[in-house]
Amino acid sequence: MRITLKVWRQDGPTSPGSFETYDVPGVSPDMSFLEMLDVVNDRLTLDGKRPIVFEHDCREGICGSCGMIINGVPHGPEKGTATCQLHMRKFHDGDQIVVEPWRAAAFPVIRDVAVDRSAFDRIIEAGGYISTPTGAAPDANLTLIPKPVADAAMDAAACIGCGACVAACPNSAAQLFTSAKLAHLNLLPQGQAERWARTEAMVETMEEFFGSCTNHGECREACPKEISIDFIAMMNRDYVKAKRKNRKLLSQIR
Amino acid sequence: MSDIGYLDGKVPTGPIDEKWTSHKFNMKLVNPANKRRYEVIVVGTGLAGASAAASLGELGYNVKVFTFHDSPRRAHSIAAQGGINAAKNYKNDGDSVYRLFYDTVKGGDFRAREGNVYRLAEVSVDIIDQCAGQGVPFAREYSGLLDNRSFGGAQVSRTFYARGQTGQQLLLGAYQALARQIRAGSCTLYNRTEMLDLVVKDGAARGIVVRDLMTGEVTSHSAHAVVLATGGYGNVFYLSTNAKGSNTTATWRAHKRGALYANPCYTQIHPTCIPASDDFQSKLTLMSESLRNDGRIWVPKNPADTRSPDQIPEADRDYYLERRYPAFGNLVPRDVASRNAKTQVDEGRGIGPLKNGVYLDFGDAINRVGAQVIKERYDNLFEMYERITDEDPYKVPMRIYPAVHYTMGGLWVDYNLMSNIPGLYVLGEANFSDHGANRLGASALMQGLADGYFVLPYTIGDYLAGMLGEKPLDTSDPAFKQSEAEISDQVKRLLSLRGKQTVDQLYRKMGVDVVWAKCGMARNEQGLKEAISDIRAIRDEFWSDINITDQSQTMNQSLEKAMRVSDFIDLAELMCKDALHREESCGGHFREEYQTPDGEALRNDDQFAYVGAWEWTGESGQQKLHKEELAFEYVKLAQRSYK
Ligand SMILES: Cc1cc2nc3c(=O)[nH]c(=O)nc-3n(C[C@H](O)[C@H](O)[C@H](O)COP(=O)(O)OP(=O)(O)OC[C@H]3O[C@@H](n4cnc5c(N)ncnc54)[C@H](O)[C@@H]3O)c2cc1C
Ligand code: SF4
Ligand code: FES
Repeated sequence: MRITLKVWRQDGPTSPGSFETYDVPGVSPDMSFLEMLDVVNDRLTLDGKRPIVFEHDCREGICGSCGMIINGVPHGPEKGTATCQLHMRKFHDGDQIVVEPWRAAAFPVIRDVAVDRSAFDRIIEAGGYISTPTGAAPDANLTLIPKPVADAAMDAAACIGCGACVAACPNSAAQLFTSAKLAHLNLLPQGQAERWARTEAMVETMEEFFGSCTNHGECREACPKEISIDFIAMMNRDYVKAKRKNRKLLSQIR
Repeated sequence: MSDIGYLDGKVPTGPIDEKWTSHKFNMKLVNPANKRRYEVIVVGTGLAGASAAASLGELGYNVKVFTFHDSPRRAHSIAAQGGINAAKNYKNDGDSVYRLFYDTVKGGDFRAREGNVYRLAEVSVDIIDQCAGQGVPFAREYSGLLDNRSFGGAQVSRTFYARGQTGQQLLLGAYQALARQIRAGSCTLYNRTEMLDLVVKDGAARGIVVRDLMTGEVTSHSAHAVVLATGGYGNVFYLSTNAKGSNTTATWRAHKRGALYANPCYTQIHPTCIPASDDFQSKLTLMSESLRNDGRIWVPKNPADTRSPDQIPEADRDYYLERRYPAFGNLVPRDVASRNAKTQVDEGRGIGPLKNGVYLDFGDAINRVGAQVIKERYDNLFEMYERITDEDPYKVPMRIYPAVHYTMGGLWVDYNLMSNIPGLYVLGEANFSDHGANRLGASALMQGLADGYFVLPYTIGDYLAGMLGEKPLDTSDPAFKQSEAEISDQVKRLLSLRGKQTVDQLYRKMGVDVVWAKCGMARNEQGLKEAISDIRAIRDEFWSDINITDQSQTMNQSLEKAMRVSDFIDLAELMCKDALHREESCGGHFREEYQTPDGEALRNDDQFAYVGAWEWTGESGQQKLHKEELAFEYVKLAQRSYK
């Protein structure tokens, strides 16, 4: 296959960026998208040019490092698939492929298509955990968890923190990411003690960095793990309740 | 330097099941109010590093945590699929701490330290409690109780799992515990920061020198103790199942500062990976070993058979593992399964377009329990397989072949997980400790978390207690300054290289054509000698003929890779040297000259029942060997049999 690649090149966070076009012959349909970029980078280097900076690590769709907008779609055309798991057989000979970084104010571009997603870490630090200091947990089988509950928590916990949901959202909202973590922890019996405090803290930290959700549902379409948008509804309900409950709890000690 | 002398593993005396308990009691404690006076550096935020940092933070130490990733959650541990072992005996099928200990020593082909392994088995049960408490969504039965599956090398069901994403869920648990400590201020995170040197002064570890991957700035950090949890070195083979960024730089540079590198030739080849498809292949994908619970491995009896697998009748298939190992069948340990697959392919019975695989067939399991149950167990793996190969494993058998997966070797540590350099601790895959010459499936996650949650937090206190009142070495000390200057020089030198090859081209040549070909699944004297001279030539090529066109000090992935590859080259040489000196076969180290008549690994316990720990003497390939003799008091030395 021969394709034309149009890639966003930007030297640094404050430099201006622009598209550059590369002719890429000799693409095998069995190559992954990132292997195609590896080949392009080797050729650029041998031509004395600077290779394209893109993030990746596991190349198995689990670490959440990779991610770029491919032909206008976060992670490209294949549904439920991270960029690293996309294969060139999904494209055709002669295709033009446009590659850009996530575009969101909370994810500033570092270089080329690599962006800074540390705002996600701030949301987790705000309360995305169940406080269990090492050694403090009871025997694991003392807490029975109905299988459907464990399964639903696992569905939510499958989020890889890639940021495609934010990139897809017209408002750059992080509702899908935040609600996935909240649902994972809030569904479980172990997560109940901190449920309301966690919800309030995480939602408010999210709002410091990201835009507001207006229910477009683009996030779910882009999500490589197909995280359910129902978790956003659950988060919204929990947040309203949290506001009330946290106030009530606090009023009891005053 | 060379007065290391006799290597003492410092395993406490007493009966095996009392060692850890009495050791915990005998160690010195740091009182709670004093803990905040200590600085500890943790490098790595995988299972081992994140669990250690979080636990130390909870105890009240001041912890600085480093990772080259953008977030702790991206560490390679995230990719572990199958599960984590623990001797809970929830299934009432005869498991016990002693059995897990026994299986691990035997599975490791009698090249691990008994005392460490027993402790690992002992704390395994606490790990499951800890993780469940944090909200790790382990698989459950309808009763609400935890579910288990079985894994290779064991006849009991002791593996806990979270779908096919166990590593992800355990790491998120540890990452979240760490995030809580970051929020609380006890841990400070330095992300996108790569450790490039260990600073040793007056015989003890004093700190590290790092490079900020965003700005290129080289700075120093000092502490009372340094903990490395930087993962394994499987990427020395270029193609492996490890994440692309996994590397040996931290451990290698500590080695160059005096830390012993132990058993580097013990590398694990995982039997169930997707075979390589072409020359562009950038990494190999593992299909979890848990698949061997339900999948049956076979090849056509006739090498010339070109029928599609569903057209090949039972009578024309060879289920070679079931035939050769009736007791364990498809669940033999990894080294045995891998070597058998290699034999099939080498003898021409390989399948697939390149004849480089064997079948893993779910037909019988689907008939027995239904496609729905199989889907529940393995759906994400089946999906991943289809995405990569374009074949549907519900309909046609998977094609699998062994690939490099894990490294049992690593920095030498004693029972306290301290290296031979006082104040330098090594955890997780980065150390050599518990798996001997072969690791059992689902035991790496267990070891990483055991080290981080339940071992280091105790043992480090014993060392720190003796330093009360001491300040960490000032980072303006010449020891730090000199190391900073050396690193800046190395960066400059690399950026000035204007050769004709990319780093990746040379790296692939070394990993695939040399290390995998000559120090991979099977090794022999001649091949290893050739490999050593090939590697030396590659080193010369590296320092003259590579080209780094990106000159910037900001995020510069070519430069990062070049630094890591330069260390891999040196490690590759030591690996081959170690493999050459170990004139026996054991676990993942298979020397063709040393095998039983039916092709099984033939150990030489009289001469090689020791840990081979290598000391850097100033020049690559010139390391000096130190031996830690291994004694087997509980699990009697015997040839492993899985028949
Ligand atoms: C595909 C796959 C599947 C697996 N499945 C299983 C399984 O089912 N069960 C099981 O028990 N085991 C499994 N394993 C093995 C297991 O995942 C690893 O052995 C284990 O996760 C290693 O954890 P770790 O904490 O030691 O290191 P890692 O998770 O590799 O973490 C290393 C950390 O160190 C940091 N680091 C490294 N070098 C530097 C440096 N120089 N400076 C700064 N930071 C640095 C990295 O950023 C990272 O945070 C699997 C492995 C693979 C490859
Ligand atoms: S919710 Fe989906 S798209 Fe968003 S970060 Fe998680 S995995 Fe990525
Ligand atoms: S590289 Fe890890 S998810 Fe794509």
